[in-house]
Amino acid sequence: MIIPCPFCGPRDLAEFTYHGDAARAAARPAHGSTDQEAWDRHVYDRRNPAGSHAEIWQHAGGCRSHLRVVRDTRTHEITETTLYAPEVSQ
Amino acid sequence: MAEPFISTPVMAATAQSPIADALLPGEYGNLAIGAQVALSERFGLAICDVCAWPGLETKTANAIKRATGLAVTKRRDAVGEAAQGFQHAPGRWTVIAEDPSLAERLTRAVSANATVVDLAHGRTCLRIAGEAGTSVLAKLFAIDFAEKAFPVAKGLATSHHAVLAQIQRVDAQTFDLLVFRSYARTFFHALTRASEEFGYRIVPPRAGEPET
Ligand SMILES: [Zn+2]
Repeated sequence: MIIPCPFCGPRDLAEFTYHGDAARAAARPAHGSTDQEAWDRHVYDRRNPAGSHAEIWQHAGGCRSHLRVVRDTRTHEITETTLYAPEVSQ
Repeated sequence: MAEPFISTPVMAATAQSPIADALLPGEYGNLAIGAQVALSERFGLAICDVCAWPGLETKTANAIKRATGLAVTKRRDAVGEAAQGFQHAPGRWTVIAEDPSLAERLTRAVSANATVVDLAHGRTCLRIAGEAGTSVLAKLFAIDFAEKAFPVAKGLATSHHAVLAQIQRVDAQTFDLLVFRSYARTFFHALTRASEEFGYRIVPPRAGEPET
């Protein structure tokens, strides 16, 4: 698999590290929340789609930027990569 | 503004090369048509990482230009007589020079627009030159070394297995490779083994800068 880094250009998968879903199935509860079920959903529930999936990767073996990648889980086709800017990571 | 922190400059007179025991001048490997690659260490260089604060990338590039004379911009890397600079990550530049005052000049020039980290103690700069240089590098890195994809002056960050490397094309047949000092001995060994089929020459170091 080759991931096109928005800064570095196309690079081999070996240079990247997977950092998880970019769109969680359940939103993160408030910091002070003690709602165990809400935390459970946030931590463990996944949509696990057969198809287009938004995910976070880090180009750890290159520019070290965090990326938002949209990948088809059936074909590994990548349709979108953008720098994962701090203002959208909250 | 308070007086900025200036790191201690490289002390080339007392510094020691991490690959001194492997840097044995001579010609090795398949020499049927002579050595097609020259390997050397650019010893005692000043090496700095300049990291712009968000939104201040253009001001930082201009500051690097003021401090070094390099024509770097947000879009363009540069190789000059006295210094080299390239953007290895968004808003982050590697700048190298033989003049040990580099860190101080950069720190004063960028002021509050960026931070400067002196990496001279932590990085080793190796140079590979010659007509088979790109063939050797293509064995080690998953990077397109054709001049159209990797033009002169361009620099980038990549890795050879776990060894992170920054590579800048100095001219058509010359590349500078920056690797962690602690990996330099291992990486230099890999470089020599990859060069064997082309025949390689290890260039003797001079005081300060080895010739190529
Ligand atoms: Zn990258």
